[in-house]
Amino acid sequence: MTKNKHKHSGVWILAEQADGRVQRISYELLTRGRDLADKRGTDLTAMIFGNDINAEDLQELINCGADRVVTMEEAKLEHFLVEPYAACMLKIIEDYQPEIVIAGATSTGRTLMPYVAIKANAGLTADCTVLDIEEETGNLLQTRPAIGGNILATIKTPQHRPQMATVRPHSTKPAVKQDGRTGEIVRLKAPAKYLKSRINRVDFIPDESEHGLQDADVVVAVGRGIKKSENISLIKSLAKELDAAIGASRDVVDRGWLSYPYQVGLSGKTISPKLYLAVAISGAIQHLAGMQTSETIVAINSDPDAQIFNVADFGIVADVFQILPVLSERIKQARSE
Amino acid sequence: MRIIVPIKQVPETNTVKMDENTGTIIRDGVESIINPLDLYAIEIAIQLRQQHGGEVIAISMGPPKAVTALREAIAMGCDSAVLLSDKAFAGADTWATSYVLAKAIERMGSYDMVICGERATDGDTGQVGPGIASFLDLPVASYIGKVEQVDKKSCRLHRLVENGHEVLDVELPAVLTMVKEVADPRLPTLGGKQRAKKIDIPVWTANDIEADLDKLGLTGSPTRVVRIFRPKVVRQCEKITAMDDSIVDQAVDKLVVFLQKKDFI
Ligand SMILES: Cc1cc2nc3c(=O)[nH]c(=O)nc-3n(C[C@H](O)[C@H](O)[C@H](O)COP(=O)(O)OP(=O)(O)OC[C@H]3O[C@@H](n4cnc5c(N)ncnc54)[C@H](O)[C@@H]3O)c2cc1C
Ligand SMILES: Nc1ncnc2c1ncn2[C@@H]1O[C@H](COP(=O)(O)O)[C@@H](O)[C@H]1O
Repeated sequence: MTKNKHKHSGVWILAEQADGRVQRISYELLTRGRDLADKRGTDLTAMIFGNDINAEDLQELINCGADRVVTMEEAKLEHFLVEPYAACMLKIIEDYQPEIVIAGATSTGRTLMPYVAIKANAGLTADCTVLDIEEETGNLLQTRPAIGGNILATIKTPQHRPQMATVRPHSTKPAVKQDGRTGEIVRLKAPAKYLKSRINRVDFIPDESEHGLQDADVVVAVGRGIKKSENISLIKSLAKELDAAIGASRDVVDRGWLSYPYQVGLSGKTISPKLYLAVAISGAIQHLAGMQTSETIVAINSDPDAQIFNVADFGIVADVFQILPVLSERIKQARSE
Repeated sequence: MRIIVPIKQVPETNTVKMDENTGTIIRDGVESIINPLDLYAIEIAIQLRQQHGGEVIAISMGPPKAVTALREAIAMGCDSAVLLSDKAFAGADTWATSYVLAKAIERMGSYDMVICGERATDGDTGQVGPGIASFLDLPVASYIGKVEQVDKKSCRLHRLVENGHEVLDVELPAVLTMVKEVADPRLPTLGGKQRAKKIDIPVWTANDIEADLDKLGLTGSPTRVVRIFRPKVVRQCEKITAMDDSIVDQAVDKLVVFLQKKDFI
């Protein structure tokens, strides 16, 4: 691809759907994509794979910033399967020769994009939090945290096209509807040979609690200082009052007080909600790696020197067992007023 | 079962230091460990061998000292190991890393599974597993939290996604990437440590894996790191001490006001 660098143009996003409905990450990518397309003076296209995708949702992608939507819809594309999705995406890349392709750093994006980037001979940067265009060259500047969030690295792909990146969910606001936007919806047919898969999705087991940690705007997270499993109920009450998802440090998960899907940090989930309320968490670097990009951080800890206060906007040095009942009650009051 | 486990040696995250002048990472004197998430890959591979027979081979691309990570893998119970080391591999991004690992795996003959960690704690991309699969034209199942059933031709896996688990049937051979939930890594045994000390670990170069020189290291890497910097800490913590009963109410009130100002309540 190196030689034909200048043939490539246009910014593309991978929109995601579940049960035929376009997912939030797609609108976040529209925010990113629109900005890049405007800076580059080019068009923004959303590609989406699925089956029976809601037509209003496709139009909504245009209302929210896409100039064009390209869909491939087949029963076999209903759920993410790496081989058919990659075959379809590669076909699109070959036919349309985009300059930039971005996807969410979701379980889909982080699996599909590297699979495609190898075959497209393209550079790929994972989990970016900032994307920009370098003025002189038009190259995509991709900035991402590395080494557990200790450092940020800016990466570019000077020669190869497309330039590909995955973008951390919740690292930008979803695009909103603008009046009077128009655009085209292109429905492509995926040839049968693209739909072969050596992986078969036989079932889906939703998380019992549907806590949606990764998508939550507000997260109440609990650490070992909660002392025992029974005390988790205090956290649950607070989370309920705040309409929040629950997260946990590794020590809490290792002790079996909450299960692994709740774990935030280096070996758990990376999240950046609007509000992260850390209760009795010390703030070990591995924990910070998973949450320090949250918009607002509040910490409650009895140790005034706890690391967590270094990344917090608001902190209370206190015994959680005194604070929690009062806090839940006050929030309840405030909400009903 | 013949299982290949690519592992990476990484600096221990706690001790990462930066040279503030040059903006580069100081690696001297920093202890190196096996990428913690690769321990889960090693563990599940050993368990599968214990259940089904066969062998587990650890491979790593890295500088000569990465051999210590491979010896640790042997001490845990891997049967053998290969180090991929060549000056030409240096500076590889995930594209060029996947290429070298895939070429090496190709050279190893037939196999049933390639099991990776979900991501490495230094690069933190999670791209190498799917990358290897793409080069080898194999299916890849990422974020595996449970291996339910394995036979000669396929395996049933649980893949952790945003709001639940997918249950997947995957044809073998395949590339899998493991998350922490899958197993508890064992500690090296005394016998294992002794074997690890003595075992011969071959070193393969670009020549040995018949790699295309244009695809190696920095030359073969589409991406370039142009700047490394420390994130600015912009947070100013408003900290209230309420160790005393009497001011708990006051502290909570302040927090509630703070949350109201930010529109969370
Ligand atoms: C390779 C590796 C990967 C890791 N990955 C992760 C990860 O993904 N996520 C993660 O979280 N950790 C991870 N860790 C572990 C991490 O280093 C810490 O051990 C862990 O985060 C500590 O959890 P904690 O804050 O709950 O417990 P602690 O460090 O024990 O902290 C408990 C805190 O509670 C406070 N406390 C106690 N009692 C009270 C009270 N009554 N009122 C108020 N405060 C109280 C204490 O002051 C203390 O600060 C990892 C470690 C390694 C080596
Ligand atoms: N240099 C390497 N040598 C061997 N395996 C690697 C190497 N780099 C990455 N891997 C494997 O790929 C996984 C993902 O790494 P990464 O894409 O760098 O986050 C790791 O958990 C390892 O299993």
